[in-house]
Amino acid sequence: MPIKVLIPTPLRPYAGKQSIVEVSAQTVGEALSNLVVQHPDLRKHLFAEDGKLRSFVNVYLNDEDIRYLAKDATPAKETDTISIVPSVAGGV
Amino acid sequence: MALRIQKTHLDQLRAHGEQTYPHECCGVLVGDFLVGDPNEAGDKTVNSVVACGNTRTDSPENRYNISPAELIRIQRESALAGQDIVGFYHSHPDCPAQWSKTDLAEAHWTGCSYVITSVEHAKAAVTNSFLLLGEEQSKHFEDEVIEISESNRD
Repeated sequence: MPIKVLIPTPLRPYAGKQSIVEVSAQTVGEALSNLVVQHPDLRKHLFAEDGKLRSFVNVYLNDEDIRYLAKDATPAKETDTISIVPSVAGGV
Repeated sequence: MALRIQKTHLDQLRAHGEQTYPHECCGVLVGDFLVGDPNEAGDKTVNSVVACGNTRTDSPENRYNISPAELIRIQRESALAGQDIVGFYHSHPDCPAQWSKTDLAEAHWTGCSYVITSVEHAKAAVTNSFLLLGEEQSKHFEDEVIEISESNRD
């Protein structure tokens, strides 16, 4: 059953201009892998060359940061929503 | 390209910078992209301004960070209302309303507006908008016109 992945505005051009992509997966890591299989242009925007999520890309399962859950191995079910959110920061 | 914003919303984000002075304020601009592709750098309309907390409590006078949890919530609520995150704002206490190297290094929302207000001695001074363009390796800011409207067009 599909899990919804919310795509933030800056990444939509690489996801067929969609704000929500549905993927089938058992874990968050699998969902992200399937997402970049569906939309290969997203890969370099989400993952560094070593295959890890870029440091400024936050991934949440519902309201929880996957870094504080089981990271890629976090189980995901069909009622869950995965959100991808690049960080917002800066200063003088 | 222009950022269209009602005066009340502009006043709201400028007042936020006065409230948090001498610390930086920050928040999210929710509205519509008037072209389908954010990278086409078309006009945007701001329909609401969402004030956020600055999580950089270690250095709030010259750094800001919006909690991803807050961004997730705003992104989800915006989507339910058929709206998008179209930009962000923050203040520069006693510094010019120009983007800094840190602002560029830590900006990742291509196609979005980054609005900066200089706050001088607790009074909001200049507000400028900068549009983030390019990909991560080639990203850059361009000056963006702010079009202020007096009232809601709804």
